[in-house]
Amino acid sequence: MTDNTAQTPAGPVLAADGRPLKASLNRALRAQKIRALLLIAPLLLFILITFILPIADMLFRSVENQIVRETLPRTVAAMEAWENHEEAPGEDVYAGLYIDLFEAAEFRRHTRVGSRLNYEMTGISSLFRQAGRGVGRFDTDLYTDQFTDLDTAWADYATWTGLMGDSAIRAALPETADSFDTWVRITIEANDDDPAEENIEDFVYFSLYRDLAGNGYSGSNALLSTAAEAVSSFDSLSIRDQFEELDEDWLNPELMETIWVYSPSYTPGYFLTAIDMQLSADGITAQPEDRQIYVTLFGRTLFMSLVIMGSCVLLGYPIAFLLANLPMRISNVLMILVLLPFWTSLLVRTSAWKVLLQQQGVINDILVWIGMVPDDARLQLINNQTGTIIAMTHILLPFMILPLYSVMQTIPPSYVRAAKSLGATDWTAFWRVYFPQSIPGIGAGCILVFILAIGYYITPELVGGRTGTFISNRIAYHISSSLNWGLAAALGSILLGVVLILYWIYDRIVGIDNVKLG
Amino acid sequence: MNASSGSENFVVFDRVQKSYDGETLVVKDLNLSVGKGEFLTMLGPSGSGKTTCLMMLAGFETATHGEILLGGQPINNIPPHKRGIGMVFQNYALFPHMTVAENLAFPLQVRNMSKSDQEAKVKRALDMVQMGDFGGRRPAQLSGGQQQRIALARALVFEPELVLMDEPLGALDKQLREHMQFEITNLAHNLGITTVYVTHDQTEALTMSDRVAVFDDGRIQQLAPPDELYEAPSNSFVAQFIGENNTLMGTVSKIDGDRAEVRLDDGEIIDTKPVNVSKVGERTLVSIRPERVEFNKERMTPGAHTIKAEVLEFIYMGDIYRTRLRVAGNEDFIIKTRNAPDQRRLQPGEQIEIGWRAEDCRALDA
Repeated sequence: MTDNTAQTPAGPVLAADGRPLKASLNRALRAQKIRALLLIAPLLLFILITFILPIADMLFRSVENQIVRETLPRTVAAMEAWENHEEAPGEDVYAGLYIDLFEAAEFRRHTRVGSRLNYEMTGISSLFRQAGRGVGRFDTDLYTDQFTDLDTAWADYATWTGLMGDSAIRAALPETADSFDTWVRITIEANDDDPAEENIEDFVYFSLYRDLAGNGYSGSNALLSTAAEAVSSFDSLSIRDQFEELDEDWLNPELMETIWVYSPSYTPGYFLTAIDMQLSADGITAQPEDRQIYVTLFGRTLFMSLVIMGSCVLLGYPIAFLLANLPMRISNVLMILVLLPFWTSLLVRTSAWKVLLQQQGVINDILVWIGMVPDDARLQLINNQTGTIIAMTHILLPFMILPLYSVMQTIPPSYVRAAKSLGATDWTAFWRVYFPQSIPGIGAGCILVFILAIGYYITPELVGGRTGTFISNRIAYHISSSLNWGLAAALGSILLGVVLILYWIYDRIVGIDNVKLG
Repeated sequence: MNASSGSENFVVFDRVQKSYDGETLVVKDLNLSVGKGEFLTMLGPSGSGKTTCLMMLAGFETATHGEILLGGQPINNIPPHKRGIGMVFQNYALFPHMTVAENLAFPLQVRNMSKSDQEAKVKRALDMVQMGDFGGRRPAQLSGGQQQRIALARALVFEPELVLMDEPLGALDKQLREHMQFEITNLAHNLGITTVYVTHDQTEALTMSDRVAVFDDGRIQQLAPPDELYEAPSNSFVAQFIGENNTLMGTVSKIDGDRAEVRLDDGEIIDTKPVNVSKVGERTLVSIRPERVEFNKERMTPGAHTIKAEVLEFIYMGDIYRTRLRVAGNEDFIIKTRNAPDQRRLQPGEQIEIGWRAEDCRALDA
């Protein structure tokens, strides 16, 4: 070894076989590393599949918004040309919407996009459901009839496949080509029929009319040339009026604005909703006052978690102190009492609080019996914030006591003795010597209790009533009842962010190294 | 200080008893006075009650019976923080969340001393232990020896008249421990403070103390200056606990003033000084220090009894030779001889005669 290093004073240190020492060391350690990785691999996979990926998926869902663009592609494309957003857009947008809705209705996708947009503007859902039935009954058969009257070949599937097989014609009639392809797809995929045996839908003729009337036809196909000349004398209708006839809300610029605002594939909309804001024509604005709930709910969640954390410190500190300073035998017995709640179901404990706290419950009965509270004014202890705070303090108390206890156990009694021998009174010795050393335990307990409290669900759900619920209850509602997963994901992401920020602040102020769990 | 508390009786334990469980006594009938300025060491094996005595003096334990007096005043009912006794703990008990200077200022702060006085005293105390530059450090940043010095300075900074030390050097390595022994005694003597020191290390006790109280089984077995303790142990426990010691069992065969002959169990006769034996026929444990055994015939007292011994092992230890012998059936009989040019090295298997001066060989209780 010394020989090698002596020979190559400037170069890397070499092992006995002349290879660099670092490489040799890495090789020697590789087997160990692989073995370690294999040992944790099952758990790693488990966590990845059941925990990390779902969380990543949820975070993704909070901004993901492809459904509008995927379901209403023609509408969104046509809206690019919509200039005056104070008024409903022109014919082109409604033409796109007509075909989009027809296709979506055939594939039964129109209700999904309706539900999605309904989160942003109430009523859209039913409008879309109604339109799903309505677009098939539009008066666009007017065009079908006129084309087939002009030449019966237009009703023939073979004519169409012939025309649409020619790329020059496809380029000349883009909307028609798109509509025809869509119709073929609908017939085959949605209805499981043979296009050759079916009547071609009205919207294909509608597109053909729009192409020929809009751009004319300068190609060599005789059938098309005839049709192009004839369309100028065709009777026509406004598809916009058709929508108005269906429901005049379709002409509401706000509705069309909502579709436009939520057309991008990724949207901050869910996050804005989660902080009581909304996307609108004027950019980001506050929600109307009667729809602002989330900021209040976040504030309440934080506030109540802090109160619960505080009461846990106040109640848990003396207990932990006692446990840490009693002889082992007695403190073990008391420790079982502390741990006892852990061995009981959370639901049972919460339900027990219902029995105790309700107006005809044990606590109120006792208070009335000893005369502290008049019978006709029993205390409201449950189904409000008080109930949530009482029940959650009880449930989370062990999470405060255990880290406190384990930290206090490591504080040798000689410190307090030393302080007393130096002339400190009992209180000074506690406050200046013992307490500062127990702060890591308080820190650990507070982080544990606060983070558990901020995401708590079942207890506030059961005893919180209307005023004592947490943001998590709202998230659960959006996950399981309103099915607005995007909003639930956004709320959850914000909650996660808040916890991480608080953790960071805590680290800056107290220092995470000072947190001891044992 | 009133008349009853002369400088001989600064700290007095008067018939003190202590029991933790109401069944056994940890401290049994303790009577002890410590003079002002004296360095007294409580020495004993663990569980002998020495630390309990110290804790009673400091006020962290209450005596079950009896009185403890400090400067003539009974202190049984005075809480620890009003006793004004400095204390150095086994693991120093420096407050980890305070700097060295804050640790030292703590006793001054709780006495509401002015900031400038505090600073002056802290500085003086730090200088006293040669740690003047370390005021801003945290205890965790100091070595064991440095922490020890700070703990000492903290116990002295508020100028107590009495300082208690509970095995303060137990956690240090040998070399540092010897150095600190010297420093502590110097400091204590220079400042003229009374010190009660608890240890289980006999070397520490012998080198540091004015007087040593040897504890065993809740009683003081012997209270004497170190040399007396070593050379004239008053019972077999002290003889065996202090220093290295050879023991032989036998029966007193003749007593003649301060001479007694003891017949060992294998029939050989030796000369002893009777300490705890009074009549012929009594069983006795004879104790002799390894360095007082002689095997060179020329240096022995003429006419004294000698006994046969067989060399089992010779160990070279540098400054001394340590030789293990078989004497009267005892295979752990050790003799120590100084490494000198004329000193002979005994060979294993050699048959020799050993002897000693009668006054070095003490016939104690069996």
